[in-house]
Amino acid sequence: MAERSLLLDVRNLHVQFRVYEGISRVLDGVSLQVREGERVGLVGETGCGKTVAMKAAMGILKSPPAQFPTGEVFLAGKDVLKMSPTEILAMKGKIIAMIFQDPLSSLNPVFTVGQQIVDVIRYGRRRAGDGRRPARATLRRTAVEALESVRLPDPERMLKMYPLELSGGMRQRALIAMALVNRPRLLVADEPGTALDVTIQAQILELLKGLAREAQIAILMITHDLGVVREIAERVYIMYAGQIAETGRAKAILDAPEHPYTRGLVASVPRLTGEVLAEGIPGTVPDYTEAPPGCRFHPRCDHRMDVCEKRKPLPVETAAGRHVACYLYGGETHA
Amino acid sequence: MHDPILGVENLRKHFPLHSGLLNRVLGHVKAVDDVTFEVHPGEIFGLVGESGSGKSTVAKTIVHLYGATSGTIQLKGRDVSQLDRQTAKWFRREIQMVFQDPKSSLNPRRNVTSTLEDPLIIYGLAKSRREREAIVRNLLEQVEMSSRYMYKYPSALSGGQRQRVAIARALAVNPSFLVLDEPTSALDVSVQAKLIGLFVRLREELGLSYLFITHNLSLVRTIAARAAVMYVGKIYELGPVEQLFRRPFHPYTRTLIAAAPVVSQAEEGVKPRKMSRGGEIPSPVTPPSGCAFHPRCSVAQARCAEELPPIVEAAPGHLVRCWRAEELASPREGVGRSLDPEVRRAERATLEGHDTESGPP
Repeated sequence: MAERSLLLDVRNLHVQFRVYEGISRVLDGVSLQVREGERVGLVGETGCGKTVAMKAAMGILKSPPAQFPTGEVFLAGKDVLKMSPTEILAMKGKIIAMIFQDPLSSLNPVFTVGQQIVDVIRYGRRRAGDGRRPARATLRRTAVEALESVRLPDPERMLKMYPLELSGGMRQRALIAMALVNRPRLLVADEPGTALDVTIQAQILELLKGLAREAQIAILMITHDLGVVREIAERVYIMYAGQIAETGRAKAILDAPEHPYTRGLVASVPRLTGEVLAEGIPGTVPDYTEAPPGCRFHPRCDHRMDVCEKRKPLPVETAAGRHVACYLYGGETHA
Repeated sequence: MHDPILGVENLRKHFPLHSGLLNRVLGHVKAVDDVTFEVHPGEIFGLVGESGSGKSTVAKTIVHLYGATSGTIQLKGRDVSQLDRQTAKWFRREIQMVFQDPKSSLNPRRNVTSTLEDPLIIYGLAKSRREREAIVRNLLEQVEMSSRYMYKYPSALSGGQRQRVAIARALAVNPSFLVLDEPTSALDVSVQAKLIGLFVRLREELGLSYLFITHNLSLVRTIAARAAVMYVGKIYELGPVEQLFRRPFHPYTRTLIAAAPVVSQAEEGVKPRKMSRGGEIPSPVTPPSGCAFHPRCSVAQARCAEELPPIVEAAPGHLVRCWRAEELASPREGVGRSLDPEVRRAERATLEGHDTESGPP
């Protein structure tokens, strides 16, 4: 297969916040790529910085309070961190769109699904520089098509319904329809199934995967659930405390995790086959105002060496497309 | 076989639906409708279901946070369906509950010691302040927490630590039974794994029995000995966990296991074929007639919509509520999943066309 071109390219991104206790260094040199039409997972536990990384990529991280000492975020070839608010607005919905964990709080309770979708369509048309007002019938037809594409039953009736009248799964479908109606190239999904039951979550993941394949939309799935990632992502980034620990093909990483953090994480997942569960990872996630130097995982790591707290390990390629940021796999262990 | 430590029989909890100016009762939500199960001493019994299945209501009714509409509850052979003063005092020391969200189950204005001292004072378990302090230290040690957290407030603790305090509070009265309602769902997996290890150790050290409620099937498979699957207020399948996962009978159980997100090919291999046409869990306010799963079931027949199937023993200790359980268990239809790919292909062919998960028919 030909190499698909880069759509999102985050390079060595640092993000910090000034807080009462000092400077909270949340992202410590995150690099992440998503190619056109690719499904990528960004996995990490609570507070690892995955949402900050995603917000930075979308240009919706307010600065201040956020500071970007170094790093670039190229989206479709343009640096998001240097964009003006107008440029960011122009990009939303057209290049990048987003769905969130809780569909109810992403929908306006006092407008019908139809009104909200039509708004999104109008917004997209205006941004496209199409000055003419689209006819109501056209808008309506587009909205119905959007709802059909996410396999919502009876879309005509659905248009007149309010978010509260829909079930959780239907709301998430409506939200996906809205996110995709202006044909973005990248869909960022932040825990889209977490608030839903497993059977519904499975349906939503199946739908997302199908839509992404049909329309060649890239997906960046942000989640803490390794099972979800295996289901949807081709490639995955494992994030710990603002650093990328490991990246590679999702199934390869889950089958044979290399970074000590990933090993601990994967071993912590209860299995449907009923194996005895490992004992988790010792210690707790660090405070970002006093993040450990070097590899931020070193205080919790069984394999730590002197070098781990001196310098941050650079990613080492252990197999094709597989990178591990850990001195166990090489890199300069001598200063 | 020992006598059960907890016996629940025909338990019902119906909530009235009020409406209008006169607050008239318009009907009832049958949150729990005829639930029967037993937990043996030292056992971890899992209760699985999606949101709205009534599993938390079962828990709260057992510990008398809700009064049961009807049915009996027995603890250590004593009838605790109705609590008189004396039974109540005994009952509350024997059974304790741990909730899902430790942030809301702990008082933010009270430190760890003050939270843990309460039960000691209420039940007169310590004579002096010094004795209480010693017990608090001991409780923290039991939940593997350092005594330097004794005077910390919940806001200074992590999610896992808060849950440990909630567990310590439950253990303060030396109970023999814990009702655990999604005790790890709000936590990250690495923290969850540590707490599960703690639950397993505590059970061994203190001889506890658990009712473990969760929506996470892999978790139930990992820690429970037996489990029941609930759907819209009723138990649809119950049995030893190993059998339940290896040979699930009910189409809903199969669908649930098949939908569980897994992290390995080995787990993918033990998943049964789903038997659902999509759709979502119905509201318990307007439950479907007959078998509540029939609108989503890919093998439903006319009878399923008309009559609720009885719960029958399909294999030793393995109960199922499905009209077609026996038939689906026959070799031709294939229960669970054969390891032989040829057989699997044949099985799939017989049921093809039913299996249209994504999308309305």
